[in-house]
Amino acid sequence: MTASESMPHKGGFSFDLCKRNEMLAQKGLKQPGFLKTVCFDLLRNNDLGYFYDGVILGADTRATEGPIVADKNCEKIHYMAPNIYCCGAGTAADTEAVTDMVSSQLKLHRYHTGRESRVVTALSLLKSHLFSYQGHVSAALVLGGVDVTGPHLHTIYPHGSTDTLPFATMGSGSLAAMAIFESKYCEGLSRDEGIKLVAEAICSGIFNDLGSGSNVDICVITKGKQEYLRNYMSPNPRTYISEKGYSFSKKTEVLLTKITPLREMVEVIEGADAMEE
Amino acid sequence: MDVSLGDLNAPHSMGTTIIGVTYNGGVVLGADSRTSTGMYVANRASDKITQLTDNVYVCRSGSAADSQIVSDYVRHFLHQHTIQLGQPATVKVAANLVRLLSYGNKNMLQTGLIVGGWDKYEGGKIYGIPLGGTVLELPFTIGGSGSSYLYGFFDQVWKEGMTQEEAEQLVVKAVSLAIARDGASGGVVRTVTINKDGVSRKFYPGDTLPLWHEELEAKDSLLDILSTASPEPMIS
Repeated sequence: MTASESMPHKGGFSFDLCKRNEMLAQKGLKQPGFLKTVCFDLLRNNDLGYFYDGVILGADTRATEGPIVADKNCEKIHYMAPNIYCCGAGTAADTEAVTDMVSSQLKLHRYHTGRESRVVTALSLLKSHLFSYQGHVSAALVLGGVDVTGPHLHTIYPHGSTDTLPFATMGSGSLAAMAIFESKYCEGLSRDEGIKLVAEAICSGIFNDLGSGSNVDICVITKGKQEYLRNYMSPNPRTYISEKGYSFSKKTEVLLTKITPLREMVEVIEGADAMEE
Repeated sequence: MDVSLGDLNAPHSMGTTIIGVTYNGGVVLGADSRTSTGMYVANRASDKITQLTDNVYVCRSGSAADSQIVSDYVRHFLHQHTIQLGQPATVKVAANLVRLLSYGNKNMLQTGLIVGGWDKYEGGKIYGIPLGGTVLELPFTIGGSGSSYLYGFFDQVWKEGMTQEEAEQLVVKAVSLAIARDGASGGVVRTVTINKDGVSRKFYPGDTLPLWHEELEAKDSLLDILSTASPEPMIS
């Protein structure tokens, strides 16, 4: 590829600065501080299952910044359209921004056509956006919904590739969750069996993957109906709660008893020279 | 990144085995079904043989994102072309559109494609469009990481003027050989046969493939334990 890389490319975005930054980082350059704040809160572990006439989406609720848990109860199942929801893993800012953006495009499309949004429309909009940013928008998504053509489940990777599957997992906990799906998924699950399976897969991510944790969110989408079960399970409650409680007394503390009159602190110099110009 | 864990942020790519073979009266396209990100199998039942028009299909290899974008664009242009022309597009036109995109954006794309199909002017045709964006019209083409294990095999067994049955068996045998030796290929074998009568898709589950050197018969396989209804070939 060396010969072809030197060719100027026509049209599209320029990723020259990304290449430059990569090269500088390799040579040991410390990126300036403010750049670090741009990303690095990663949302991890999202999963999803699929049942007879609908789709079940699930996610944990941990957001991290490097090794630190930044949010113990965040929302990773994003709204796309009344009949379509989307789980996001990767950089929180990117998943939030890209789903919001496509959600608004879908609404305009609905006003224009007067018809319910289709899942493939959302899929195409997401993949073309992610592809044009060549993987620099770190959003790994699981898209699920029910439209006029039935239930659909898709995965979308940051580079813009998509898959269509009967069950799928994404994010750092995807391996743990996939292990559950691969051993227990079968066709024709009922709604309750489906929810139970998805919750179990998410729990497997919560307990076995460091990037995932806290609670389980579930979203069930069926024809003409969707249920967002926020904090469907809370398998990690506080184990110790002080019997004295955590309230603090409201009485004011005495900091100073001697009252110094203000006047004393003002030095008045009389007879000084008037200000001259 | 620890290689043993697999880099989940690696671009999603298809370490693949794809094959296109012409026979007496049409073409057979074949592919495995593994899509991987680093060391993780992201999809074990993917469909790498994508439809472009009624009579033209394409086998995709390399970056999944790139090959999907190229085939989506080519399908779009072929549909326009078909409407303007009022008759089905030829395989040559399809291959040329793939070349146009692959060559014009060669510094952005990492994908090798095999276009195959049937049209009334030239019959069954296979075109290979490898990385640089050149078009090669060939009686048979192999592609993807698994293809390195197959050159000698094809040189020995490919014959001019095979029957449909012979060509299909050759493709299945070749893909299963590559699956046995190439770690990046695996899963099931999918084939698409295109001739003047139309298109037929076939699906060969992993446990029905022939066993090669030192491979063992499945024993206590998950497939036997689980009460799965029908192994519906997943086609997106």
